[in-house]
Amino acid sequence: MTSSAPAIEATGLVKRYGEKEALGGVDLAVPVGTVTAVLGPNGAGKTTAVRILSTLSLADEGTARVAGFDVAEHPTEVRRRIGLAAQDATVDPLLTGHENLTMIGELHQMPRREAKVRATELLEQFSLTDAGQRVVSGYSGGMRRRLDLAATLVARPEVLFLDEPTTGLDPRARNELWVVLDSLVGSGTTILLTTQYLEEADRLSDDIVVVDHGKVIARGDARSLKRQVGGDNIGVTVADVRALDDVSAVLADLTGSVPVIDRVARTVTAPTTAGVAGLAEVANALAGSGHQVEDLSLRQPTLDEVFLTLTGSPVDSQSDTSSEFAS
Amino acid sequence: MSAPTTTTTTATGGSSTDPEAPILHPSKGLFHDMWVIARRGLIHMKRQPEQLSDATIQPVMFVVMFAYVFGGAIEVPGGGNYREFLMGGIMAQTLVFTAFGVALSIANDRKNQAVDRFRSLPIARGAVLGGHAVANVIKAILPITIMSITGYVIGWRIRGDLVHTVGAYTLMVAFAFGMIWVGVLLGSLVSTPEGVNGIAFVALFPLTFVASTFVPVSSMPEPLRTVAQWNPVTTLADGLRELFGNPNTPVQPGDPWSIAHPVAYTWLWVVGLVVVCAPLAVRAYQRSIAS
Repeated sequence: MTSSAPAIEATGLVKRYGEKEALGGVDLAVPVGTVTAVLGPNGAGKTTAVRILSTLSLADEGTARVAGFDVAEHPTEVRRRIGLAAQDATVDPLLTGHENLTMIGELHQMPRREAKVRATELLEQFSLTDAGQRVVSGYSGGMRRRLDLAATLVARPEVLFLDEPTTGLDPRARNELWVVLDSLVGSGTTILLTTQYLEEADRLSDDIVVVDHGKVIARGDARSLKRQVGGDNIGVTVADVRALDDVSAVLADLTGSVPVIDRVARTVTAPTTAGVAGLAEVANALAGSGHQVEDLSLRQPTLDEVFLTLTGSPVDSQSDTSSEFAS
Repeated sequence: MSAPTTTTTTATGGSSTDPEAPILHPSKGLFHDMWVIARRGLIHMKRQPEQLSDATIQPVMFVVMFAYVFGGAIEVPGGGNYREFLMGGIMAQTLVFTAFGVALSIANDRKNQAVDRFRSLPIARGAVLGGHAVANVIKAILPITIMSITGYVIGWRIRGDLVHTVGAYTLMVAFAFGMIWVGVLLGSLVSTPEGVNGIAFVALFPLTFVASTFVPVSSMPEPLRTVAQWNPVTTLADGLRELFGNPNTPVQPGDPWSIAHPVAYTWLWVVGLVVVCAPLAVRAYQRSIAS
């Protein structure tokens, strides 16, 4: 094996549940020490891919190597080297935080004493020292998620799988978790995370793989992906409805695109590729126009907008839910 | 082994002093992993008031209640104190419910996704089920011990010799071990903890009541009596009475082999459960966690 071998390498992964094809031939390559985000709506096959790569599930077709070992042939060798945070926290609700981490350390074959020391260390790292001796069922959602993340790090894994790490968290808890993830990213661990939010993928990852209906529909870094979907949106909310057309003209002039006017919200939106610099230009122009601006924002395209551009149809959540019920 | 590449530390098998190196210990084997998981099961019991009371308060309550409530009304054929007759039966009932505890832990594991957590860890094959088995045998021993003490307080005595007494307690542990596989099967086939509760009520309760648990089988009408005579709960209860030297229904001519040789017949069940039920249970369990 050469040193340039990717930490995660998957070729042609196919997984069927009865009639439904959850994965339809997925290829992935995550270089050592980098972060890849798998972006897609519910039911796109994100979790299925993570389950196969983390040895929980066997692919019907295709092969995958993680940390240098084939997931189907040497699952135990893979398990020794990975950490998995499933979509719902899987820490034991009846154990304390410390007991949870110690147990996982022992199941990573660490001597009990070493496992306990490591547990204490991780609780401190995740600001859970005070809660460490309390039973997990009393934890808040954010605390539980942090403990779950700590649990994946017990054996200092080479490869980390995070399945929708911030789904279901309130904005504050999500921000806290992002800070934690940032530090992990900095430490050189190879990470594969799944998410429904482009913002999260952009913030945390080097590469983004967009999946829909079990297939990869786009890949690249956040910048190239945003270029594909037309960049960010500048939004201007004005105090007086009569100013809308005027502001729209300013936006059209500066961004070179066709703005969308929402008269009820008194907002004009226009896509831009100029980023913050473009926002500054708009701010200057509006300051000179004398209109009273209530809000001025630069925001990333939503997953819906990305999908609209990449697939020509919005996120198909309706049929998605029904097929999940059917399976 | 792969060589460290970039500036990051990805070396495998690095020295333990390197704070960034992955922690890779060789496997400590099945029994180590089983015990770690069994300890978790015991903590669960400690932290769940209803489970703890099932194992501690309930046995005391049952012994005292049945002894004094039914004690006056039920006569043991062949004579003898009903309180002494009761003990074998009540111990048998407790052991049957071991299956219920196992099924509940397995259904809960699936509900809490503990199954996935364990499967993503480098543990020995069979350690999770083995851990549940060990924890539940221990959970069965606790109420049996408490019952023995409570029984002693209200007048129950072990009248057999040491060999027979050891035989009685061995039979109890073995039967609990056999029931574990019934529990694994149940917990794997039923999808939710609530479902396990329901099934336990309609399956396990009749099993323990259509038996010589609380009343002599000879008092039952046909065909209930035949069912009870072949019910391993009956023979476990009768077998324990025999081994402890406690009052028991005398064997009548025409009674089936199971009644004439309760200890041997119960052991056959234990072997049967382990040989037949365990492989089926393991397969059902594997299927229930696969995806």
